[in-house]
Amino acid sequence: MLEFFHTPLGHVIVVFAQALALLVPLLIGVAYLTLAERKVLAAIQLRRGPNVVGPFGLLQPFADALKMLMKETIIPSGANRGLFLLAPMLTFGLAMIAWAVIPVNDGWAIADINVGVLYLFAISSLGVYGVIIAGWASNSKYPFMGAMRSAAQMVSYEVSMGFVIVTVLVCVGSLNLTDIVQSQNHYWFGFIPAWHFIPLFPMFIIFFISALAETNRSPFDLPEGESEIVAGFFVEYSSMSFALFFLGEYANMILMSAMTASLFLGGWLPPFPFAPFTWLPGPLWLIVKICFLLFVFIWVRGTFPRYRYDQLMRLGWKVFLPFSLFWLVLTAGVMMAFGWLPHGV
Amino acid sequence: MITAIAFYVFTAILLVSAAMVVTARNPVHSVLFLILAFFNAAALFLIAGAEFLAMILVIVYVGAVAVLFLFVVMMLDVDFVAMREGFQRYLPVGLAVVTVLFAELVFVLGGWKFAPAAMSAKLSSTPAGISNTAAIGRLLYTDYIFLFQAAGLVLLVAMIGAIVLTLRDRKTSRHQVIRHQNERQPGDTLEMLDVALGAGIKTLGIYRPKPAPVPELEHAHEGHGGGHAAGHGDAHHTPEVR
Repeated sequence: MLEFFHTPLGHVIVVFAQALALLVPLLIGVAYLTLAERKVLAAIQLRRGPNVVGPFGLLQPFADALKMLMKETIIPSGANRGLFLLAPMLTFGLAMIAWAVIPVNDGWAIADINVGVLYLFAISSLGVYGVIIAGWASNSKYPFMGAMRSAAQMVSYEVSMGFVIVTVLVCVGSLNLTDIVQSQNHYWFGFIPAWHFIPLFPMFIIFFISALAETNRSPFDLPEGESEIVAGFFVEYSSMSFALFFLGEYANMILMSAMTASLFLGGWLPPFPFAPFTWLPGPLWLIVKICFLLFVFIWVRGTFPRYRYDQLMRLGWKVFLPFSLFWLVLTAGVMMAFGWLPHGV
Repeated sequence: MITAIAFYVFTAILLVSAAMVVTARNPVHSVLFLILAFFNAAALFLIAGAEFLAMILVIVYVGAVAVLFLFVVMMLDVDFVAMREGFQRYLPVGLAVVTVLFAELVFVLGGWKFAPAAMSAKLSSTPAGISNTAAIGRLLYTDYIFLFQAAGLVLLVAMIGAIVLTLRDRKTSRHQVIRHQNERQPGDTLEMLDVALGAGIKTLGIYRPKPAPVPELEHAHEGHGGGHAAGHGDAHHTPEVR
């Protein structure tokens, strides 16, 4: 039996099962993230939020999903049919395949590849295609404006995000995500976790804000800006095709949180190396960190007004880019001067 | 075996999509096929073991360059009929160019010989024990540092050129100066008043404007506009303090 898993077919089955074991909890997580967002926003605005379907509204996401399934998929007559249907699938699919390289515990990654960070960066930069294609294929002006905004926005914020990642890589010396988390696996004075967010705190902030912009979340939700362009790139979408966009956006939020947690917050590692903290298994620590970051995502949405478009561009190109470049050179210089560089160059 | 199948699948898709880039009628479809071609090229890099190049190809070409292509192509209002118009007229010229290029390719590839040392150099490109990325980094930042810097300079010059060509300081456009915005203090615009409980605004000498006269019934549709104007007037007069 064990022999079978080493044949090519057996290997495919194993990977398939692993993907299923990761994606099913992820999708349930996405469903409950939508509920959590509504509940947290409600609490911020002194409301109750959904509380009718099921106890504490816990069945609300499933009611919403069923409602979406029952509705009719409307394709506008002027739309480019193939691309119109491709766009939501692309958004959703990209949000799913990026999870292949996220390590949920030591060695628990579906694909523990050498260039894991680059893979994540590549996949997250492809997210813009779903938006652009949707905007163009709808053949309507508001979606098109949303798509154009999104193209400019995502390209701008990717640059500083890339520099932040490079800064982390200078400290780690590997592109493998498991290595990146393992490099944070020590404690200063025995109790302060050596997670990257402490020495690279400004980079952590820049990365988080860029993640907000990359996932089109408020205050950078200009591509959908409902007060100006109705719902932006998904104005024309209904039913399941809309649901796929929606799921894709929330899965991307969780993905970005997982990426931030792995790069800066020590992934699956417990915050302190002693007893009550080490009882919790690694994947649960990762989930705790992801939940914290997601809460901040929602908190930001409930607190800040939307950026104006020129301010958004200014922040990306004139503030984040020079600062992250400077911090990269500074980090590399300090590492070089003190001989802390990995590989001992 | 699986590698061979994957190679042929990716190559076939790459060639078909490359052909579609030039034959697709809609330029947006062309760019999308170009993106598909990039993807399959990246997959071929992966099969060849060049994982770093594969990822960089996706990040740079698909994630940035093709986005801008798509951006521009979508914004352009292309007239497809006008594009097809001169097809018959330019066909002979095109065929001549293609024939010459093809002949040159045949000559070049016919006389192709590998240098004797090429194969051994190719095999040693990724030393054992270090990853592909580290190997490229070591080569790029040591032996080829000047070429690398020169490439960077060329890109810098291109960037400056693009900015110089497009940057116009229009005197009419008004830019937001963030510094001025940040220097504003609440005291510049706001006055905090301590109002006794129940005193209201009358004791401070703040008067509300008189309510707008109620429009007569005959001018029912004008009345709506009048109400609006009164509303605006309201907003104008309220800040009269003392």
